[in-house]
Amino acid sequence: MFPILAARTLAPLVKEFVIDARPVALKAKAGQFIVLRIDETGERIPLTIAGVDATQGTVRIVFLEVGKSTRKLGTLGAGDSLLDFVGPLGNPSHVEKFGTVVCIGGGVGVPAVLPIAHALKAAGNHVIGITGARRADLLILEDEMRGACHELFVTTDDGSRGDRGLVTDPLRRFIAEGRKIDLVVAVGPAIMMKAVAAATQPHGLKTVVSLNSVMVDGTGMCGGCRVTVGGQTKFVCVDGPEFDAHQVNFDELMMRQRMYRNQEKTALTRYDECRSAQPREEVTSRG
Amino acid sequence: MARKEIIPKKHAMPCQTPAERVKNFAEVALGYSEQTAMAEAARCLQCKRPTCVDGCPVEVDIPGFIARVAAGDFVGAAQRLKEKNLLPSICGRVCPQEDQCEARCTLSKKFEPVGIGRLERFVADTQLWLEPAALPPEPPLPPASGFKVAVVGSGPAGLTAAGDLVRLGHRVTVFEALHKAGGVLVYGIPEFRLPKAIVEREVQALQRMGVELRTNFVIGKTETIDELLANSYDAVFVATGAGLPHFMNIPGENLNGVYSANEFLTRANLMKAYRFPEYDTPIHLGKRVAVVGAGNVAMDAARTALRLGAEKVFLVYRRSHEEMPARAEEIEHAEEEGIDLRLLTSPVRILGDKENWVTGCECIRMELGEPDASGRRRPVAVPQSEHVLPVDTVIMAIGQSPNPLVPATTPGLETTRHGTIVGDPETGKTGKRGVFVGGDILTGAATVILAMGAGRKSARAIDVWLRDPERKW
Repeated sequence: MFPILAARTLAPLVKEFVIDARPVALKAKAGQFIVLRIDETGERIPLTIAGVDATQGTVRIVFLEVGKSTRKLGTLGAGDSLLDFVGPLGNPSHVEKFGTVVCIGGGVGVPAVLPIAHALKAAGNHVIGITGARRADLLILEDEMRGACHELFVTTDDGSRGDRGLVTDPLRRFIAEGRKIDLVVAVGPAIMMKAVAAATQPHGLKTVVSLNSVMVDGTGMCGGCRVTVGGQTKFVCVDGPEFDAHQVNFDELMMRQRMYRNQEKTALTRYDECRSAQPREEVTSRG
Repeated sequence: MARKEIIPKKHAMPCQTPAERVKNFAEVALGYSEQTAMAEAARCLQCKRPTCVDGCPVEVDIPGFIARVAAGDFVGAAQRLKEKNLLPSICGRVCPQEDQCEARCTLSKKFEPVGIGRLERFVADTQLWLEPAALPPEPPLPPASGFKVAVVGSGPAGLTAAGDLVRLGHRVTVFEALHKAGGVLVYGIPEFRLPKAIVEREVQALQRMGVELRTNFVIGKTETIDELLANSYDAVFVATGAGLPHFMNIPGENLNGVYSANEFLTRANLMKAYRFPEYDTPIHLGKRVAVVGAGNVAMDAARTALRLGAEKVFLVYRRSHEEMPARAEEIEHAEEEGIDLRLLTSPVRILGDKENWVTGCECIRMELGEPDASGRRRPVAVPQSEHVLPVDTVIMAIGQSPNPLVPATTPGLETTRHGTIVGDPETGKTGKRGVFVGGDILTGAATVILAMGAGRKSARAIDVWLRDPERKW
């Protein structure tokens, strides 16, 4: 069992857990992920590592409650435990001194890009951060991003915080201004990463994205996470999760992410019905 | 001794009828009753030089345990069986006995051989569900050797080696990447052929013997082989199997609704997607399914698809019935259940719609030409014979290769071009000091019992090496 040592809500439906998992904490590097399972009937959920404390032996994860499994995960809190927690999986980010690097995090991609920004800064790069969300209240970990970057630009779709617009707007501006950029790293929804790739490709600007696809084991066994990169099939779990953004077939990735949409709806509806049938205090005991 | 009259055929094992069993995931074969088992055991000639034992990769004393069954001493039979086979309930179900012990049974020259596999299953099952306290005592373990061995992978090779090493007096930790022990026994072989509760039970028996199990631990990621060797393990046995699925590299393979057999079976077996939404893992339930391949894995995938509710399941294979690599019994079961065999047929591309969903599988007819390197006649495409199988799900069951995680993170381990680790076929000794290898990661994809045989041989070799004061490599 893997105890949840701390839990907090970062934004509506976005939660952060600190998990006691020393073997993972000792090994994890920026860009890697874990797979967890809540209980015996649970599915295997892959999540990017949002930071570790090797001394304490803890791993931080951040998740958005989108379906039944993440909703159920969200009902847990400090003092509860996860049945399974395995990692670190996938390849670490390639970290070296590139020069100037733009690190872009959108939505729940922010906690994933945060350790990468830290590592790139520690390697001597000048790190420009761009972080964005739909609205101010959905923007997460802004202060930490500020600490991990030399400069930080914030965008929201409605302008309720930072500049009104998309994360690609500041990026396009830097390019137009002729700022020297050596690498762009983007983590977020597939549609955002596709837009970043489209913005940098015409300028030959090296861009890396971290993909989040449907997977089961996370060790190369199922092949469910396959994605087309440069015309070739790759497994996100063992060949990635980071790839050259200009080679990724994002349209295929997005369609594959929808593979279980109907089943996900069924599971969620059933879960909500079961929960509303429970006595009220049980439903609300953990807020 | 008076000559007894020989019953020419094996006693049949009761099965669920095909019509009934395609609607459930319960075991197809139901096992012998005590009377049938004793009657079948009485068919054994008790040969003075039992050739059947030569056919058993783990050298079970076959006439010995069968004699006890014939006498009604099932506890004694189980003890005799377990001396050599630590996973008998599993082997009784999934071993290809027709190619091994039963193929060498003296009776088989004139009649059907003794149903050794069915008897093994019967004997093992009589003890499987007993409370540990009700079991006959295990033979005492030898004095502790003081050595620690790490076993990487908890499939048949790893579990067998672990059990043997504990019995030889060593401390053993088995590392498993998944959340459950058993490897292919839990993720690959379906519930209706090997109930998962049986695997769990046999693993628990090993744990009671002293095997330490660490699930959720990926060697190559959570820790490397070098770290294991540096952190107190005296030897490592690598038994990581052949878990990397092959695809055909034809257009349309990344459409939604195309699975590797590994993924399809893992969702259904390990994750219990057949009980969705009670279990959280979903599976795409196709109405019309094409399974590509003709090995045991293909049969498992096809029969699982039927049980998940598919209306029509095709099995597409580029050679003819004769070359199908699956066990005869599995093919027979699949045909009885209504799997539509499309032999001498090969997929050329998978067709899809705008939303990326599979709509069909375009195939071409094949004919057999000259023999190829494998000695089988090479299939050659018949020009202009393209046709479309209207399916919404395609499952690729064309083989697996070893997972590169361990070799890629272990300096000093040599691999072949097939991705297997180079090691001595007799001992599993690799080029790296203290590291032994066995099972599919050494031989390429094979069977459960061969992997168990390899685990046994390596356990012996590891024991010899550990106790050798010179520890030469």
